[in-house]
Amino acid sequence: MSKVIVVTSGKGGVGKTTTSASFAAGLAGRGHRTVVIDFDIGLRNLDLVMGCERRVVYDFVNVINEEATLKQALIRDKTDSNLHILPASQTRDKDAFTREKVGKVIRELRDNFDYIVCDSPAGIEKGALMALFYADEALVVTNPEISSVRDSDRILGMLAAKSLRAIKDYEPIKEHLVVTRYCPTRAETGEMLSLDDIQELLGIELIGVIPESEAVLNASNAGIPVIRDEQSSSGQAYQDMVSRFLGEDVPMRFLEVEKKGFLKRIFGA
Amino acid sequence: MQTDLETTGMEPARPEGGTAIELKGAVFTLPVLKLRSVELGAIEHELKVHLARGLNFFKHAPLVVDLELVRERADKLDFAALAGSLHDLQLFTVGVRNATPEQAERAVAAGLAVLKGGITRDNELASSEKPVAEELPVATEVSRRRTRIVSQPVRSGQQIYAKGCDLVVLSSVNVGAEVLADGNIHVYGSLRGRAFAGVSEDTTARIFAQAMEPELAAIAGNYQVFDEPAASRLYGKAAQIYLDDEQLVIAPL
Repeated sequence: MSKVIVVTSGKGGVGKTTTSASFAAGLAGRGHRTVVIDFDIGLRNLDLVMGCERRVVYDFVNVINEEATLKQALIRDKTDSNLHILPASQTRDKDAFTREKVGKVIRELRDNFDYIVCDSPAGIEKGALMALFYADEALVVTNPEISSVRDSDRILGMLAAKSLRAIKDYEPIKEHLVVTRYCPTRAETGEMLSLDDIQELLGIELIGVIPESEAVLNASNAGIPVIRDEQSSSGQAYQDMVSRFLGEDVPMRFLEVEKKGFLKRIFGA
Repeated sequence: MQTDLETTGMEPARPEGGTAIELKGAVFTLPVLKLRSVELGAIEHELKVHLARGLNFFKHAPLVVDLELVRERADKLDFAALAGSLHDLQLFTVGVRNATPEQAERAVAAGLAVLKGGITRDNELASSEKPVAEELPVATEVSRRRTRIVSQPVRSGQQIYAKGCDLVVLSSVNVGAEVLADGNIHVYGSLRGRAFAGVSEDTTARIFAQAMEPELAAIAGNYQVFDEPAASRLYGKAAQIYLDDEQLVIAPL
C-alpha cells in the first residue's frame, strides 16, 4: 500500500525542502521505492538540494499537461536507484494545477512507488493546498520560534479541513511534527522556544528534532541530501526520524547542551 | 428580497418516501430591529455605525423589524425600500411585527411576513437597535438547546460558531483562532485565541477555560483584550469570565 506524505510548514525557509530531500533519501536508502515531488512551481529548489538540476528535461507541469510521460520526467538519483525526483517547473505558472490532473499523476505514482513525498511550497495558497490535498500523512516542519509555530498551526488546520481525507470524511491525515534548526543552548537560555513549548502549542506527536548545523548548508550546496552525511548530527537526526516514521522506537538525540569535557575545555573543541 | 430556507423557520426539504418536502416547525432566535424613527436615512446610518463597531455576527442574519414604537408614524414607511437598504447592509428582513392591520398589509405586499407575539428579552442597557432574542410563533416543536462539541484543537485561522447553543472545546483554542457561541464557551485545554460568548446579546453567558490565556474575550459584545497577559494573576490558570454591570470579570474556578 503506497503512502503519500506531504512535507509542509506554512512559513518559508524553515527546512521543508531539506527535510523532503533527506526524508525521501532515507526511505529509499532502506529499500523503499520512493519518489519526491517538488510542488513549488516557479521556484525550483528540490532538484538543487538533490543535485540533479542539470538533468531536468521534463517537469511536473509537463506531466500534468500531458506533454511528457511520468517516465520521461522522473529523474533517478545518481547513487540510489530506489529514489526518484519529479522536479518543479521554473517557467510555468501554477495555474496548471487542478485537483483532477494532480490526482491522476499521484494515482499513477502510487502504482509504482511505496512512498510519494510531496515537498510543499510555503504559504497557504493554491500550491500548498495542492501539495497536501492527496496526503495520507504529513510532516509539519517547524522552527523553534513563535511565527513558525503559528504558521504550522494554521497549516494543521488546513490539513484537517482542506484535504481529500477531510472532505471525504475518511480517517484524518496522520500528522508528525519535525522541529528543525534546533539549538539546545539557545532553547536552554530561553532565546528559542523549547520542545515542550512547541508540542504544547501544536499538540501533535514529535517525530524528529534536527539540530542546527553547518552540515545542512554544506550538503545543500553540494547537492547531497544531508541525511547521507553520516558524520553530522543533522544527518543522524534525519536517520532517526526515518526510523521512527517506519515504526521503530528510537530515542531523541541532540536535545541536550553538549557538556564540554575537561580536555576539550583545555584544548578546545 | 433574498432569503434562504433556514430564515423562514423551516428545515431544508428532504425528499423522503416519495414526497418532495417535509414541513416542520423549529424555534429560532432572531435579531429584532426596533425602529424609533421612520427615516430610512437615519436608520441606515445608525445601523452602519453599529455594524462598523464589530457586530459582524449579524452579517447575513435574518432580521425582524419591530414597529411598536413607530406605529403612529409608520403609515408612510416604505417597507420594500427599508428591506432594500437593510439588504444592502447584508441583513435579510424576514418580517415585521407590532404592525397595524394596514401596515401589515403593506408589509405583505413588500414580500415580508407578519409575525405575531414573540417574547423579547429587553435589555435596558442595550440600545434598541441591538438584536434581542425572540421566539418565532411558527414553533410547534421546541428543540432542546443543544451543545456543540469540538474535539479537535481549534487552530490559527479557524473560526467556530455555536449558533444558538453552548460551545465545548475538548482541546485548546490556539492563538489566531476564534470561537463564538450564542451561549457559554467551555474550553478544556488552553484558551489562547479569541472567545466571544453570548454573541446574540446574552449577558448571562460565560467563558470557562482550564488555562485562561485569551487574546480577547467578549460577552454580549463587551470585550477586553489581554495585551499584557502576564499582568493577570489568573493567566494560564483555570478561570471563568462573566459580565457584571458591563464589566468583564475574571474569577478563578
